[in-house]
Amino acid sequence: MANTLVEQAKFTCALGSIQTVLAIPKGIPIVHAGPGCAARQFAFAGNAAGYQGEGYAGGGQISCTNSTQTEVIFGGEKKLRANVDGALKILNGDIYVIQSGCTAGIIGDDIQQVAADYRDEGYPVVAVDTAGFKGNNYLGHELVVNAIIDQYVAGKGKKKIRKGLVNVFSSVPYQDAYWRGDLEEIKRELQGIGLNANILYGPESAGISEWDDIPNAQFNLVIGPWVGVSSAKKLEQKFQTPFLHYPIFPVGLKETGRFLREIGAFAQVESQRVENFIHREERKFKEYFVSFGDLVSDLGPYLPYQLYTVADSNYGIGTSKFLIEELGFTPEKFYAIESPGSRNEAFISELLTQIDSRYEGNISFQYDNRVIQDEIRDELKKTKVRSVILGSSWDKKLATENNDSILIRLSLPITDKVIINKSYFGYRGGLTLMEDIYSSLFDEGMITNTTHADH
Amino acid sequence: MGLQQSEVPVRENRLKSIIYYSGNAAALTDPQKADSFVHKERSYSQCSDCAQMCAGTITYFVRNAAVVVHSPMGCFANTPVNDTQFRNASLERGQDPDRVHVLCSNISENDTVYGGIRKLQKAVQECYDRFRPEAIFVHSSCAAGIVGDDIEDTAADMEKKLGVPVVPVYCEGFKSKIWSSGFDAAYHGILRKIVKPAEHRQKDLVNIFNFLGSDTFTPLLGKIGLRPNYLVPLASVETISHMSEAACSSQICETLGTYVTKELEDNYGVPKVKTPAPFGIEWTDNWLREIAGYTGKENIVEEVIRTEHERIRPQLEELRTVLKGKKVYIFAGDSYAHNVGSIVRDLGMELVGMTTLHHDMHSDSSETGKDTLAELVKLYGDIEHYTVCNKQPYQVKKIIEELRPDVMIVRHMNMTILGGKLGIPSLLEGETNISAGYDGVITTGKRIRNLMETRGILKTLKEYNQFPYSKWWTDQEDPFYFEKK
Repeated sequence: MANTLVEQAKFTCALGSIQTVLAIPKGIPIVHAGPGCAARQFAFAGNAAGYQGEGYAGGGQISCTNSTQTEVIFGGEKKLRANVDGALKILNGDIYVIQSGCTAGIIGDDIQQVAADYRDEGYPVVAVDTAGFKGNNYLGHELVVNAIIDQYVAGKGKKKIRKGLVNVFSSVPYQDAYWRGDLEEIKRELQGIGLNANILYGPESAGISEWDDIPNAQFNLVIGPWVGVSSAKKLEQKFQTPFLHYPIFPVGLKETGRFLREIGAFAQVESQRVENFIHREERKFKEYFVSFGDLVSDLGPYLPYQLYTVADSNYGIGTSKFLIEELGFTPEKFYAIESPGSRNEAFISELLTQIDSRYEGNISFQYDNRVIQDEIRDELKKTKVRSVILGSSWDKKLATENNDSILIRLSLPITDKVIINKSYFGYRGGLTLMEDIYSSLFDEGMITNTTHADH
Repeated sequence: MGLQQSEVPVRENRLKSIIYYSGNAAALTDPQKADSFVHKERSYSQCSDCAQMCAGTITYFVRNAAVVVHSPMGCFANTPVNDTQFRNASLERGQDPDRVHVLCSNISENDTVYGGIRKLQKAVQECYDRFRPEAIFVHSSCAAGIVGDDIEDTAADMEKKLGVPVVPVYCEGFKSKIWSSGFDAAYHGILRKIVKPAEHRQKDLVNIFNFLGSDTFTPLLGKIGLRPNYLVPLASVETISHMSEAACSSQICETLGTYVTKELEDNYGVPKVKTPAPFGIEWTDNWLREIAGYTGKENIVEEVIRTEHERIRPQLEELRTVLKGKKVYIFAGDSYAHNVGSIVRDLGMELVGMTTLHHDMHSDSSETGKDTLAELVKLYGDIEHYTVCNKQPYQVKKIIEELRPDVMIVRHMNMTILGGKLGIPSLLEGETNISAGYDGVITTGKRIRNLMETRGILKTLKEYNQFPYSKWWTDQEDPFYFEKK
């Protein structure tokens, strides 16, 4: 039996995807599960995601049947219907997503029938089985998005394709702690090359009207190695919408340029428009980059050049590539933590070794963070050089106690930073990542004087 | 009942606990009517919390112990936050920083079909290999409970194999509507498998059942020459195993300690302190007196009480001038809300209402113990607006809007934000020990005084916020509409 135990959680269970529903403006999850399930999800993907609060309808406000003995023994559909009735009555929402947890999942309540009955009455109600034992919240996210497409978007139908309209499928909201800032920057850059994006989640989204509009897009864009691909395929099948899968979540000047050019070509955007935007962004980026050159030049011997990545393949690959390609890092180890399944694992491995052949033999699909830490600690003890770890708050001690290494909090949990609209995506994100890495040099007095740095 | 049984009955059966009530406080304290309150549910509810979470507040923080959570990953998802708590709380207590030693067996769909016992065995073994703990707790979960994994036998087998206590904790979320049942489940396991009969009595040792909290009981008990034995969080397995040697047992909250203190009394002869926990001046006086009685300190206790009153008087008077007449609403407990009510009275503030998260109609030792709500009514007078509600911000919002308090005092995660969104400064009683004893009254007063400074940012929060509640619900007058349907 393969090791599936977990010490130091880096994701939660499929029910964690209630956070995906909450990420849709006026999205209302209705949890059909035991009494503590929703609170656990919020503790992880809210509090431990840089203190992202309950927002409009999350946290303690989440509707839940709080199922106990009666429902487990006699079935919980009646109680679920009462809860949906209440939720529709008291909560102003644009879409209501019934999500079952372990109790309802095991006893087999027919939540699909419940949702269908409400839809028959004209309510925007969707149901999806996200029992915790089915898998993690990456899987849960895909299940939720696909259920909304099947049960809600499909009913809206295709009206008229609008050229330049693109639906964006990318990281998992909240599980990517920087999702709000990321989506804002993605939308800005797509706008920059003349596209209008249904960004679907967060403050930059118009909300359910964007979901209604999904069938009318010219194309679907999937950013990242695998999350969202199943949704794009589903939409291709349902609405014949073509999709572009760009497997790298771009960070920094070079990759973002490639990303925008490939999208521009796919969408047949006038190339001058794309080039103008890229040119403008690159000019700014280069100016910022050069102005930071003094620090690199002064502190050359004390800067980190070795890179360990402990994150999901989405953000992990994008940021690592930037560090390798533009900041001159040496890839040491890549730990993909999201349990993506064997087919995706092969794809991720191939992608990484294409990015840098030094990744060959240094890629691990591991989600037991203790195992990961033990391996990195051994490496750092051997190399004795300051390194960068793209990890989580679990790894703070690992970094500081081993060669004064630098921790960038890229993956959950993040319990020692507050995250509002920060992002490491694209042009702006690359610069922010540089700020965070090199600011860490001055944490806890690592370097106190640029001319007498003695380390 | 008894410790021979593998499980302790949940509170709705054992203590006739309720999660809904709306009325005045005094009516709820009539012992003649205790059984007439039915455990009524609301037809619509927001998310509650579960026994597994409460069990974790005890077992996750035992030093030299480790925990296997036999569940899918979601039940384990609190642990990053718990890790931070453990570290900070040990520093606060003056101990070396520690961290959680927890493993999740990560139950999958296959395990729900074929059973997850092999996975559990492997997890317990791995837990032992990784942490070399002196005891291992095994938390059950909804998934494990419904498919019927035999945790009892597995724990017994592994205990034999590893030579350390392997303690099953039956804290399946679906078993109880009262999340505090999880405290009892954890204590029950500890009493069955870790606590040993007393080798000798430690006459100056007082068991204090508490949460993660700072060391405020040493100065308090020290005044009459006694020592606190903080249990169970931050205590070691060794310390826990000797809880039977103490002179008496108390707790920071009757809701937390009701079961374990009673069982210690019945099984090991450690008397349970019957008077309410030492929150507020009068309750602290009574508490010290009762403990002095068990420890032969009657001769000095009155002098200590007098001196302590004198000592805090100047600060108390100063705080009263600032806080006098301020309207307070308390949303906590069960019993912890009553503790806070006792402090609020000392500070000269007006208690405009109280909502407890559940209410135990009986105590485990009701024949000898004192009902903390009855004691509060005796101390403060009746509380006209008294409700019971298991979180449910959609309801509590209405209560707050009706009562319009100046300050709200809360003891549960994710609930202060409700006050915040209404522009009302809300005090999170996360760390309860700092509110205990005479100094706790002063500390609470200072915290409330400082809290008033948040009014500015909360005014903005209120202005920018939009609640999700419909006009229909906003226009409803009765917060408990869904109980009556």
